[in-house]
Amino acid sequence: MTDAVAPPVGPAGSAAPASLTAQQVAMEARLKKRHRAETWFKAQGLMAITIAMIFLVVLVGRIVGQGYTTFQTHTLSIPVYLNPERIDVADLEGVNYDYIVAEATMKKLGVQDDDLGLVSGKVMDLISRDFGFQLLNQLKADKSLIGKTVTVTGPFKADADLYFKGEIKRSTEEGDRKLDNQQLDWLDQLEKEGSVKSGFNFAFFKNSDSTEPEQAGVLGAVVGSAMMLLITALIAVPMGVMAAVYLEEFAPKNRWTDIIEVNINNLAAVPSIVYGLLGLALFINWLHVPRSSPLVGGLVLALMALPTVIIATRSALKAVPPSIREAALGVGASKTQTVFHHVLPLAMPGVMTGAILSLAHALGETAPLLMIGMVSFVPGVPEGFTGAATVLPVQVFIWENASERAFHERTAGAIIVLLVFMIVMNAAAVILRRRFERRW
Amino acid sequence: MLTWLSLLFLALFSGAAFMLGKRRAVKTAGGAARVLHSLPGYYGGYAALWAGVPAAALLLLGAMFGGRVEEAMLQAERPAVVQALELDRQEAFFSDAQAIAQGTTPSDVVYEGELKAALDVKVVEARRIENLIRSSVLGLAGVVALAGFLLAFPRLNADFRARNRVEGWVGGLLMTCSILAVLTTLGIVLSLIWESWRFFQSVSPLSFLLGTEWSPQIAMREDQVASEGAFGAVPLFAGTFLIMMISMAVAAPVGLYSAIYLSEYASRPVRSTIKPLLEVLAGVPTVVYGFFAALTVGPLFRAGFNALGAMLIGGPFDGVGQYLMEVQNQMALVAGVVMGIMLIPFVSSLSDDIINAVPQALRDGSYAMGATKSETVKKVVLPAALPGIMAAMLLAISRAVGETMIVTMAAGLQAKLTANPLDTVTTVTVQIVTLLTGDQEFDSPKTLAAFGLGLTLFVVTLGLNIIALRIVQKYREQYD
Repeated sequence: MTDAVAPPVGPAGSAAPASLTAQQVAMEARLKKRHRAETWFKAQGLMAITIAMIFLVVLVGRIVGQGYTTFQTHTLSIPVYLNPERIDVADLEGVNYDYIVAEATMKKLGVQDDDLGLVSGKVMDLISRDFGFQLLNQLKADKSLIGKTVTVTGPFKADADLYFKGEIKRSTEEGDRKLDNQQLDWLDQLEKEGSVKSGFNFAFFKNSDSTEPEQAGVLGAVVGSAMMLLITALIAVPMGVMAAVYLEEFAPKNRWTDIIEVNINNLAAVPSIVYGLLGLALFINWLHVPRSSPLVGGLVLALMALPTVIIATRSALKAVPPSIREAALGVGASKTQTVFHHVLPLAMPGVMTGAILSLAHALGETAPLLMIGMVSFVPGVPEGFTGAATVLPVQVFIWENASERAFHERTAGAIIVLLVFMIVMNAAAVILRRRFERRW
Repeated sequence: MLTWLSLLFLALFSGAAFMLGKRRAVKTAGGAARVLHSLPGYYGGYAALWAGVPAAALLLLGAMFGGRVEEAMLQAERPAVVQALELDRQEAFFSDAQAIAQGTTPSDVVYEGELKAALDVKVVEARRIENLIRSSVLGLAGVVALAGFLLAFPRLNADFRARNRVEGWVGGLLMTCSILAVLTTLGIVLSLIWESWRFFQSVSPLSFLLGTEWSPQIAMREDQVASEGAFGAVPLFAGTFLIMMISMAVAAPVGLYSAIYLSEYASRPVRSTIKPLLEVLAGVPTVVYGFFAALTVGPLFRAGFNALGAMLIGGPFDGVGQYLMEVQNQMALVAGVVMGIMLIPFVSSLSDDIINAVPQALRDGSYAMGATKSETVKKVVLPAALPGIMAAMLLAISRAVGETMIVTMAAGLQAKLTANPLDTVTTVTVQIVTLLTGDQEFDSPKTLAAFGLGLTLFVVTLGLNIIALRIVQKYREQYD
């Protein structure tokens, strides 16, 4: 009876691999197929990871590749003769310093201006107007310089700088580049004579936005971002923590608190641009907070960061074991004392980590700020919390829209600055977590 | 400035109240703090709270609404010369009067003759009103602070339950903060509905939701009779949908497979290096993705398609080749792919959490039956995690729909009703940004349309979130 269902295997010992039955062959084939499917599935997963990593490398690599040249700049030192014939002592502001500088450069290059001023025009295209401002300031400080020769050091115009950096190449068709062959010859000549120096671009960190790429810097945007983030932190962190403490420790569990909880979770998923609309309608049109000020930006971002701070704080509070609370209550502490003397301090590392991460997120946010008028040209450091300001991500957006090629380099440079800030903040959060987090 | 100074004074006063209250409590106990109901600090705190908090609230309200009240009082009476002006000129007139009164820079408008005289009158009036409001707010705050202190101070004695009272204040403060989070939602909903309602008075909701032509720039002209129909948002919805689909086509498979690999196959060291790297990708600001899309991916795709077109021209697919030669930088595909890259870490980390939540016992059971790892994943783990993964995808879709910077920088502005990923399309968020950046008057349908779009966006993303939440709640397997 059992023989009928048992597989028809030969006598023990005599079974050789060659004499596999049809069923076994089919099973072997199936097994092979299953293993192939296994390998293929694993390969698909690996491929997905690789693709994600390639995206990361390309993204970061491309931005660093485009931006690192921003941190290098080339300066020119030329002796400038302050020709008394060209300088009206009574009207120092009205003097054409650009031409005086161009004259000095032409003298250095050994070329003469023609009647139409074409040569001086071409020279002026190479040299930043910063020279003129420097001369004006020097003359304002000391009028006796007129008639003397002073040596001035300043940046090139962006296109000339790009040539030194190899971004504009001589091999490109002459019509396709901003500088013609003669201008390139002049730049080579200046470099050969040793008047050109390359160095770290301090101006990028000392200047604010400007219409001239070579004079545009991130100082105004960095200060604006810092001011805005300060407001956001001052509002969102205490409020978020207090709201979370209430919901987690004090609130009765009823329908109302359920509604509040669902509400906060939904708020965290509202698109940021909607917060911009809210800020425009509420803060600007209704409360008349000054447009494009760090104050209104900070308020909008605070509303945006509030739900994430609340969620992070709640999970940090949840992680504190109930035995701590029970022990405190047991020795006679009141509910409030238990929370503020024991639970909250123990949850603080988690709270701070969550707060820093949501502030880092707020630092990189752009869309809501466009709604409240932050896309304006602000050529300086913001004057207080109600003055017009720009912030780093918006500066990136503004420069990206600019047509000059040199601004694209600056954009990538500003992105690098922004990413450095974000990395510092994230690293601070990670260190905080590693250092102080307790496992119960 | 005055508010800051007065807040500082208030803080000092409150501090003094603290010291006095503490001293009084100890004194009533005859110097023996031990017979007090609460710790002495609580008595001080009670006095300080009554002295400080109501007055501070008053000062903040004054700072928030003082400007509005001042404006309303100033504009209550409008001289005939001013009334003759257009409405927005009238606004400018009053804001200039206020600016001069406050010593800030007024606009460049030059006022002459009677208007100049009216302006001078209003400037004097503005100064007077401002002084009035300021002194009344400050005076009232002072009275309230003093009254609060005088009310609280006599109650302090040894039997007074100061700790309970102070804790009552603290509880109230905490509750106010959590209510504020709800008020934010309410603020969003109300402001969106209010402004959209104004918009729907000039454009009917049906023609907004079903119209197929979007050209708000034309409708701005007042002589345009048929201004309706230019606000048909269907092309925007279609564009948003197209870009969302492309981004999900990138993010869903890559994110899901990454999550599966990380949670099921990867060794511990691989996992602990890849996960933080994915978090880096998630932390990159969207404006950076926008820059990447506009200056790297866009030109790259264009060059690729142009090269492909050049190969096809003259062949059997000549038409396609001709078309590919004309592809622009700003196409739906670029924005969609870059948005997909942005969403990969979002999808992968959500799915990772969900897959990890599937109990090990299920896997072990499957292995015991002789299933391979991939069979276990496909037939046991994924079905168990399906509701969660669906929810994760819906949340990713909601992110994609609400994403602004990438599409603003890399998708176009032309509202086209097309399903061609190589065409330029525009999205809801792009249009909100375009309508609201730059100079704007707040009464034109053009700016109000942005709120209509915002309301639609809010409703859609909220709906997606709620559905995601419901799916998880309803279909979640209860293992324990």
